[in-house]
Amino acid sequence: MDPVNRKPSLATVWLGGCSGCHMSFLDLDERLIELAPLVEVKASPLTDYKDFPEVDITLVEGAVANRDHLEHIRTIRKRSKVLVSFGDCAVTGNVTGMRNAFSVPDCINRSYRDNSAVVVGIPSGNSVVPELLERAHPVHEVVDVDYYLPGCPPDGDAIHQLLVDLLNGRAPSSDGRRFG
Amino acid sequence: MSVVTLEIDGKVCTGVSGETVFDVAWNNGVKIPRLCHIGGLPNIGACRLCLVEVEGQKKLLPACITPVQEGMVVRTWSEKLIAHRRLIVELLFAERNHVCSVCVVNRNCELQDLAVELGLDHIRLRYQFPKLVADTSHERFGLDHNRCVLCTRCVRVCDEVEGAHTWDVSRRGALSQIIADLGEPWGESDTCTSCGKCVQVCPTGALFEKGKAVSEMRKDRGFLKYIVTAREKGQWIR
Repeated sequence: MDPVNRKPSLATVWLGGCSGCHMSFLDLDERLIELAPLVEVKASPLTDYKDFPEVDITLVEGAVANRDHLEHIRTIRKRSKVLVSFGDCAVTGNVTGMRNAFSVPDCINRSYRDNSAVVVGIPSGNSVVPELLERAHPVHEVVDVDYYLPGCPPDGDAIHQLLVDLLNGRAPSSDGRRFG
Repeated sequence: MSVVTLEIDGKVCTGVSGETVFDVAWNNGVKIPRLCHIGGLPNIGACRLCLVEVEGQKKLLPACITPVQEGMVVRTWSEKLIAHRRLIVELLFAERNHVCSVCVVNRNCELQDLAVELGLDHIRLRYQFPKLVADTSHERFGLDHNRCVLCTRCVRVCDEVEGAHTWDVSRRGALSQIIADLGEPWGESDTCTSCGKCVQVCPTGALFEKGKAVSEMRKDRGFLKYIVTAREKGQWIR
């Protein structure tokens, strides 16, 4: 937050996850209306940004699973004052990381050949479809993370508590926190 | 049997000679963390979560296999102990594929509870993601090696309480694995009586009842105490 007393800015990002954490964010229900005047939302999965903005707080959902995610999270880290691993895929790899016991070609074949009635093509990584990384990483394996909010998904109350704490310049409380 | 007086976390506690530091602490309201220990089974001091500091001892001692002594001064919580316990739990999470969100005991799991109790919100170690299988050959139960922490509660309850000794541990180190008989599929075991005691004492979702979906399974720990103490307490009803 700069000295001109502007509102803190917030971004939410969706990497290798199911968007469930974002759905849970919407479960803040009427509390979203209370929070809305307190923050400026600069980026979200629904924002058509070309370049990730400079923000105070960024919540990252999902594991770092492909080349795009890797590039994106590095930019995000540079431009975020506070970076939060948001939900189990970001914190542990979770379901996105379940492929890690297998090789990338095995996973691709399983999805696009073995389990598909019509095989139209195998994505190999190009300008449209990003190449999968050798393994899906928890966010903190790739960049520094300031705070963690576990849960699949974290419930609305936990998200609300974290945001209120961060907006008041406090370290998030871990009361009632679950692991996994 | 003589009464022993000792100090645990600054509190004067009494126990009986032959009792362990762990039991006396719990009886006096000091809840030392544990994973391999479960009341009613012999203690093996394997998980190291119950390590405590004893005055005059250089080494940390596992409370579950340390007998109480007159005048002992024990500390069960310190920065050092918390750091060790955290690392143990992190190692367990990193070693196998504990994907809580898709587990039958999610939110009813002793490993998860330990993580919360020790204030873990992420694992600092690199996850190993070993390729492990689940044995679902038994008609009623399943064994998912991905979630096993090798506490050997199942091995001990099967041997010491049920008397079947179906379970044991094969191989060494990170390759260690629970096996039925000589490595048979569980469903083909000649010795298994299908009593399900192993399933109930398992601290995680490694041993589970079939037909339960995510978070649906609750383990019954009370039965073991009953089996072990009911005769002496005159609770047998037939």
